[in-house]
Amino acid sequence: MNKLPSISNNFQVRGIVLLIGLIILFTLPFYTPIYTSIFLSAIFMYIVLTSSWAMFSGPTGQISLATAAFFGVGIYIAATLGNKMPLPVLVLIGGLGSAGLALLVGSLTLRLKGVYFTIFTFGLLELMKFLLLWFEITFTGTRGRFVVVVDYKTVYFIMLVILVLTLLTSYLIRRSKYGLALQGIGEQEEAAEHIGINVTLLKVATFGISAFFMGATGAVMATRWTYVDPYIAFNMNYSFTPVLMAIFGGLGQFFGPILGAIIFAYLEEILITQFPYYYMLLFGIVMVVSVLYLPNGLAGLVQKWRSREAGGEHAHS
Amino acid sequence: MPILEGQGVTKYFGGLAAVSDIDFHVDQGEIVGLIGPNGAGKTTLFGLISAAHVPKPGVIKFKGENITGLKPHQICRQGLARTFQSVKIFPNMPVISNVALGVHFGNSGQVTSSQAAEKAAKLLEFVGLLEMAATPAKDLTLVNQKLVEVARALATNPEVLLLDEIMAGLNSTEIALAMELVSKIRSQGITIFMIEHVMKAIMSVCDRIMVLHHGKKIAEGTPQEIATSKKVIEVYLGE
Repeated sequence: MNKLPSISNNFQVRGIVLLIGLIILFTLPFYTPIYTSIFLSAIFMYIVLTSSWAMFSGPTGQISLATAAFFGVGIYIAATLGNKMPLPVLVLIGGLGSAGLALLVGSLTLRLKGVYFTIFTFGLLELMKFLLLWFEITFTGTRGRFVVVVDYKTVYFIMLVILVLTLLTSYLIRRSKYGLALQGIGEQEEAAEHIGINVTLLKVATFGISAFFMGATGAVMATRWTYVDPYIAFNMNYSFTPVLMAIFGGLGQFFGPILGAIIFAYLEEILITQFPYYYMLLFGIVMVVSVLYLPNGLAGLVQKWRSREAGGEHAHS
Repeated sequence: MPILEGQGVTKYFGGLAAVSDIDFHVDQGEIVGLIGPNGAGKTTLFGLISAAHVPKPGVIKFKGENITGLKPHQICRQGLARTFQSVKIFPNMPVISNVALGVHFGNSGQVTSSQAAEKAAKLLEFVGLLEMAATPAKDLTLVNQKLVEVARALATNPEVLLLDEIMAGLNSTEIALAMELVSKIRSQGITIFMIEHVMKAIMSVCDRIMVLHHGKKIAEGTPQEIATSKKVIEVYLGE
């Protein structure tokens, strides 16, 4: 009988914690050193890239390596139009540009399965890079562009807004019938089609939505660099890192990719500053260990502990 | 007027005609059986009806309208559902979510998630799996997984249901239950087109039977007629 009040209590507690957290995050730049805001902006970027990657690739199991392509489109849009428009408009255009590209290539290639899809998305990244390089050299006569620099607080706040929107979208999709349908597509695509799910549309739409956030993030983060060229903008690290972060954190749960991105980004920062020469090596070791011993990522580990505490009968799962 | 109808339905895989110039019809409220030796083209025909494959040439009509060339999800949303010979459940989802997905995306219109869960629970009760609602579908026995497929297909609110060998691998008690289930589905006003190898079952439950052999229709008639047809006996037992 007491179940209902305790559930709503729990809900309230969570809501309050969330609200306090948001207030802290939104006021942070006013009383912390500049470094904190810049570092947090980078973490926000990784969370957005990882969560939006997991939005599509998590449930469907189709591993996309196009993250850097969509991110790069955002960067280039900011670099090209930077002195003509205010940053929020730029971010919107960056997002829409990436989403447009995702819808286009998605509708052409999402019937590709497994490794073929993965290789195609990686090819898209290379294609975008060299297409732009060719375009810049042939038509504009430049190789790179200077980016209008924006102060760190603006970057921080816009990144935070994108972060909140990404997580909200990801959460809502996950909880909706479309989230369940995406999971169905990942588990048994043929059956999903035959019970009335418009598989192509749902996949393309989700791919587009995830690319929107990647592009928007690119448009903001571009302002941190003073100069970009196609090699900087379409850096393949931005394709691989979100995948690693998501796997490290755990793909099965909403919090997995977030947790993965935070810890990973933090780890990267520490390793790079403390052990600049061994950074990649240590990074690799952490990765191998986590894949070997944490098949469901950190989130899976957390869930295991929780269910053990809850009585142990689900400890095996 | 037949609810489901095919004219000159043909499908080649490479140079081989898996289904060749078949005319068929299923009337409203009927239970029609589809039998034939292995490789006769039965499952391919079901695939053609449910749009997993496109007939070339040939026309398939549902409720008098040409549905050839539509996508599988469109076929389903028009009220034509199927199960699979090789079970195709969503293995890591709870049984009830398997079925609820059918309610959400099938022919039932917009429903809230609680309505979907309610209908899914009703259907699980109907096929006798309500106690396993929360179990991941992969942990069920093969028989029960087939029942999940039936419930999921029913969840899409079909007018015609294609059942592809739901009785294969069942023991005689389970076959009796499955036969009862088929009759129960029909009594809800759903027309059934079923592939089956279990002769006893198909003879007693069907109104009419079609026989395929090497992709061609070689006989059609009441169970009585089929059981005594010389041609059919030849195909099954050799000359």
